[in-house]
Amino acid sequence: MTEHSPRRDLILLVVFSLVVLTAPVWLQPFGAAYPDLMQKFAIFGILAVGYNLLFGLTGYLSFGHAAFLGVGSYAAVWSFKLFSMNVIPAMVFGTLVAGVFAVVIGHVCLRRSGIYFAILTLAFAQMLYNLAYSVLTPITNGETSLQLAQDDPRIADTLFGWEPSPQLPSPELFGLELTGISGFYFCAIVLILCFLFAMRIQRSGFGLKLRAIKSNQDRMGYTGFATRPYTLTAFVISGMYAGLAGCLLAVTDPLAGAERMQWTASGEIVLMTILGGVGTLLGPILGAVIIKYFENIFSAIGDATLHGVFAFLPDWLEAPVVGVIGLFVGEGWHLTLGVLFMLIVIFLPGGLMEGVRRVGRLFSRKASPRRARNEREAREVG
Amino acid sequence: MDAIVLQILNGLDKGGAYALIALGLTLVFGTLGVVNFAHGALFMLGAFCAVSINLLLNLSTQVRDESVTAFTAYIDQPYMELWFGEFGTFLMDWSVPIAILAAIPVMLLIGVIMERGLIQFFYKRPHADQILVTFGLAIVLQEIVKSFYGANPIPTPAPDALRGSADVGLWIGLGAGVIYPWWRLVYLAFALIVIGGVFSFLRFTTYGMVVRAGMADRETVGLLGINIQKRFTVVFGIAAVVAGLAGVMYVPILPPDYHMGMNFLVLSFVVVVVGGMGSLPGAVAAGFLLGILQSFASMNEVKAIFPGIDQIIIYLVAVAILLLRPRGLMGRKGVMET
Amino acid sequence: MTAMNAVLSVTDVNKTFGGLRALNNINLQIEEGKTHAIIGPNGAGKSTLLNVCVGRLKPDTGSVNLDGTVLTGKKPHEINQLGVVRVFQTPEIFADLTLDQNVMVAGMAKREGSFRFNPIRDLLSERELRQRVAAVLEELDLIGLKDTTAASASRGDKRRLELAMCLIQQPKLLLLDEPTAGMSRHDTNRTIDVLRQFKQRGLTKVIIEHDMHVVFSLADRITVLAQGAIICEGTPDEVRGDPRVQEAYLGGAHL
Repeated sequence: MTEHSPRRDLILLVVFSLVVLTAPVWLQPFGAAYPDLMQKFAIFGILAVGYNLLFGLTGYLSFGHAAFLGVGSYAAVWSFKLFSMNVIPAMVFGTLVAGVFAVVIGHVCLRRSGIYFAILTLAFAQMLYNLAYSVLTPITNGETSLQLAQDDPRIADTLFGWEPSPQLPSPELFGLELTGISGFYFCAIVLILCFLFAMRIQRSGFGLKLRAIKSNQDRMGYTGFATRPYTLTAFVISGMYAGLAGCLLAVTDPLAGAERMQWTASGEIVLMTILGGVGTLLGPILGAVIIKYFENIFSAIGDATLHGVFAFLPDWLEAPVVGVIGLFVGEGWHLTLGVLFMLIVIFLPGGLMEGVRRVGRLFSRKASPRRARNEREAREVG
Repeated sequence: MDAIVLQILNGLDKGGAYALIALGLTLVFGTLGVVNFAHGALFMLGAFCAVSINLLLNLSTQVRDESVTAFTAYIDQPYMELWFGEFGTFLMDWSVPIAILAAIPVMLLIGVIMERGLIQFFYKRPHADQILVTFGLAIVLQEIVKSFYGANPIPTPAPDALRGSADVGLWIGLGAGVIYPWWRLVYLAFALIVIGGVFSFLRFTTYGMVVRAGMADRETVGLLGINIQKRFTVVFGIAAVVAGLAGVMYVPILPPDYHMGMNFLVLSFVVVVVGGMGSLPGAVAAGFLLGILQSFASMNEVKAIFPGIDQIIIYLVAVAILLLRPRGLMGRKGVMET
Repeated sequence: MTAMNAVLSVTDVNKTFGGLRALNNINLQIEEGKTHAIIGPNGAGKSTLLNVCVGRLKPDTGSVNLDGTVLTGKKPHEINQLGVVRVFQTPEIFADLTLDQNVMVAGMAKREGSFRFNPIRDLLSERELRQRVAAVLEELDLIGLKDTTAASASRGDKRRLELAMCLIQQPKLLLLDEPTAGMSRHDTNRTIDVLRQFKQRGLTKVIIEHDMHVVFSLADRITVLAQGAIICEGTPDEVRGDPRVQEAYLGGAHL
């Protein structure tokens, strides 16, 4: 509470927005300034911010959030097919459907907490995933993924005199086609709005109550709060964030497949949040960006590139070095991810944001040790 | 009736795998208080022990083929045969059971290293952290296996003698026609023996008694001056061996691949929850029950009424149990009920 | 039989656990504004009685009544919203939050009820609430620590924090389960001071205690439990002189 003030928040919001909106410029030296990747940054940023509300603030570890991502995607694509290529109805529909799923699943899973809760969410996610490939194939189109087709009804569009054309239509915002860079800017604006909402929650009474639940749920009961409505609300909000992210995935690429509902995808979400810093505002977004960025780079590195990089080494050294490093790149990207994950959980549980904080403290430690300690503790909470 | 017996048998050996993995999970959770998401990886590592032994024993070299005289021809001949002749062929054939001998020390070592090197630092940390770090470890382990063995399942056959099917129907008086693969019966027997071994150890040895006491009340045992840390390591090692053995013997049934660990783990956690977290008999019973349930759910008659039920039946049961009877079938009241 | 202004009425309560008779025909009236102590040797059933009073345990027979409302079977948060606040043996606070935030959460519960979705308004702008929080912290001499994390507070401070959280909720009835357990003499005296302040404010309190110094400093009435039954009830002087009490506690020695 000592760290933030309305003015600081405004500055944070403005700076954040500027950073996001100018990303195509400053990402260039990193080789990341192309639309596909930047869209992913925004989309997974939204996903991670929403997940953080449930895990970071309220303390509930869910292993099933990828399910909401998938649900949002499928719903959005169906809206494109049946109703209109306009993204607004698709996103509203997709987010709402994800919300409904979250209410039902949350109602069941939140009867337990801790590891039981985690397993329950995992069970539901696996169920949905399995069903998507088997029974629900009329809706999900199973392994071939749900795609747009020429002969989709698109009721609203036809009403407004939309003409069939030889190409598949692409999602549009009242006439503006959302591909490429305009697609990115659309996602970026949604990200900024989502960030703003998350920031409000974090500063609000509701956010404090969620943190209190994480700290001592039983005590909340004795203090006079019915905790279930709070946890369910947090669950549904975070589920809707995930659904929204799923919609955006469909907007930028009108395709919905079940593989993004696998529990490993949920694991990735957890990883992003933890890597960046659980419970902080920027941490999860940072984590999402870093993971997607390195996924992009690392998985593209092949042995040939490595040999090129390490050509300066003598032959007898080059081969084993390439061999070992080769394990960690390309196909082995997941190995790197796993190792990174473990390192963070073991040594830096507060994620990168905690690392940044510690470094910052090294530079600005005041003379009085007690004051420094108090500041440190207060900061832990902000 | 035939079909029912068949499905029960079908379910029992998959259930045996679940039971063994769940047994290890419960041992670790009940004694150490640690939730180990890397347990499935131990199952997978055991399976790949068998694969490795099999590959090792099948290593061959080029040997001049004497029967072809027109040109210099070579055929591959396994070293085992070269060195040991008939006995060598026998060894190769029985590579999977032989792998058991190799797997026990290897899995024990892996378990001990895991416990001493990582798990012990997480005893006091919250469950969420334990889940996360072991989850990371599981990913690391499976990726390492993937990079050495590739992404595809590696078929590893059972010994020739046990490859056929037994006429189970005759044994239990149902008449001929109910056949079931020998190896799967062997697996079932093997699983029961291992389970029996673990329970006997816990029941009849002093060491086991201390472990049981530790499961019931860790704090008191520590206060009694017993070095609980060392026992933790041993228990973890035992759990690793059990999971590994389950994996070793399973390879002829299901060609192992790098992510089988996680597939079985998710289901095994569900089994543990259904059986009751902290209850060893519960874990075993639930393992077999859920295996059979899943087997019945895959019967065509059942699928006709409830399409897709086989995929989700275990999860549905877990959800039902968690809602209706949170301590599971045999869990002790008050253990992790919130 | 109801006394004047009985805040809490415990009527004909019996509770058995397995073969053990934990509570035997308990009748108890807590009067408004009074501090009522419940004492007794270990195993007498004090905690069981307290749990029954807050509705955590269902009595086999009889009922517990708060100003006419039955408490039994109500959920913890409902009981709190009805005005019954409980303090535990080990201080239960929100360890990860600051002292200021701890009291604020308690204050919000009072103000909003058991659920309100207020995700937009910044807490910093809740002036009235923050003033009340500051006032309470001031009164309990915690204002200097208000921005430190509760986890780092001493046990005595944690206890006072808990009492601050109670105070801001202006409870109808405050139930304290061995509030000075494990405390130093200094902290115990400070806690007694705070509870005296509460007394002056007219708060109705039920205290379970072992420390006789605390009991005789604060209690208006004392109920003595032994083996699940009330063996004596009255003013401190009456209880002090009662031979049955001396027998139960110390085998005949003087209190």
